[in-house]
Amino acid sequence: MSLLDYFRISKASSASLAKERLQILVAHERTSRNQPSYLPQLQKELLEVIRKYVNVGQDAISVNFEQNDTQETLELNIVLPDHPTKTS
Amino acid sequence: MARIIVVTSGKGGVGKTTTSAAIAMGLAKKGHKTAVIDFDVGLRNLDLIMGCERRVVYDFVNVINGEATLNQALIRDKNCNQLYILPASQTRDKDALTQEGVGKILDELKKEFKYIVCDSPAGIEKGAHLAMYFADDAFIVTNPEVSSVRDSDRMLGILSSKSRRAEQNEEPIKEYLLLSRYSPDRVKLGEMLSVDDVQEILSLHLLGVIPESKSVLNASNSGTPVILDEKSDAGQAYADIVARYLGEDRPHRFIDEKKGLFGKLFGGR
Repeated sequence: MSLLDYFRISKASSASLAKERLQILVAHERTSRNQPSYLPQLQKELLEVIRKYVNVGQDAISVNFEQNDTQETLELNIVLPDHPTKTS
Repeated sequence: MARIIVVTSGKGGVGKTTTSAAIAMGLAKKGHKTAVIDFDVGLRNLDLIMGCERRVVYDFVNVINGEATLNQALIRDKNCNQLYILPASQTRDKDALTQEGVGKILDELKKEFKYIVCDSPAGIEKGAHLAMYFADDAFIVTNPEVSSVRDSDRMLGILSSKSRRAEQNEEPIKEYLLLSRYSPDRVKLGEMLSVDDVQEILSLHLLGVIPESKSVLNASNSGTPVILDEKSDAGQAYADIVARYLGEDRPHRFIDEKKGLFGKLFGGR
């Protein structure tokens, strides 16, 4: 390492920050890229149905779509609150 | 067999038209009959970069609408008789381009030309879509900067799902990375994403690095593709890119910083 490099390292690198941010973002966008376009609408409608029976928040439901060579998987995850019963 | 190359990026201002002009000229200079098409209807600029803006009579849309023949609209380049330019229309709106019309023109061009370079507009709207739709090869022009890298990745997604090759389940478009406006000095200082960083994020085959260079503005000022400025770093970078694309094995240049006297004394290595 040269004398000059010594001074360079002491600076925080904005490039490494850029790389980190991009890696996370790109990975996220790539997974959502392959999802069917009806997914957001499906999620919205499911939430409406569930809310008829259980009092859950906006983000209580997650819909994941995964695809490999042989099969497609639609995974639904609903988090129920501690006291789920809605007065009926 | 003719090959259709799309020069695309998603983001604007990264050097698509500069690159289209340079590589089209480079391919033609190597003796391959080449056509370069401006897909940016309404905002044409390739004619300016190629220095033929005063010779535009008919354009791409005229040909699609049958108002002119292809031969009437093609402009022969003043520097190289193997190179022809098909300018975009300046006045019509973007809907003037149709997939059927573009396909027909490309089919006709394929009979006569070895390479057809499609200069894509920025964005992911119709013009950009049609520029990439029929492509065999894609040159992804990217700046070492977060928004450009992200948009390039978005473009890669579109190439792999919305292109003709994707729709017809053919062999996918060959994608190449062209990293432009690169400053090795700033990379060394940790102020700019390195070529390795960008390659790692996009996982693309690197065709070449074009350094940030004054010669690019000089070239566009005078309307001569920068590749003709053989003494300039950017010109040489594009010459390397063309050679590599044609299968020559050339080591990558312009990735390490130029050393001044101070750097030579203290830079080590």
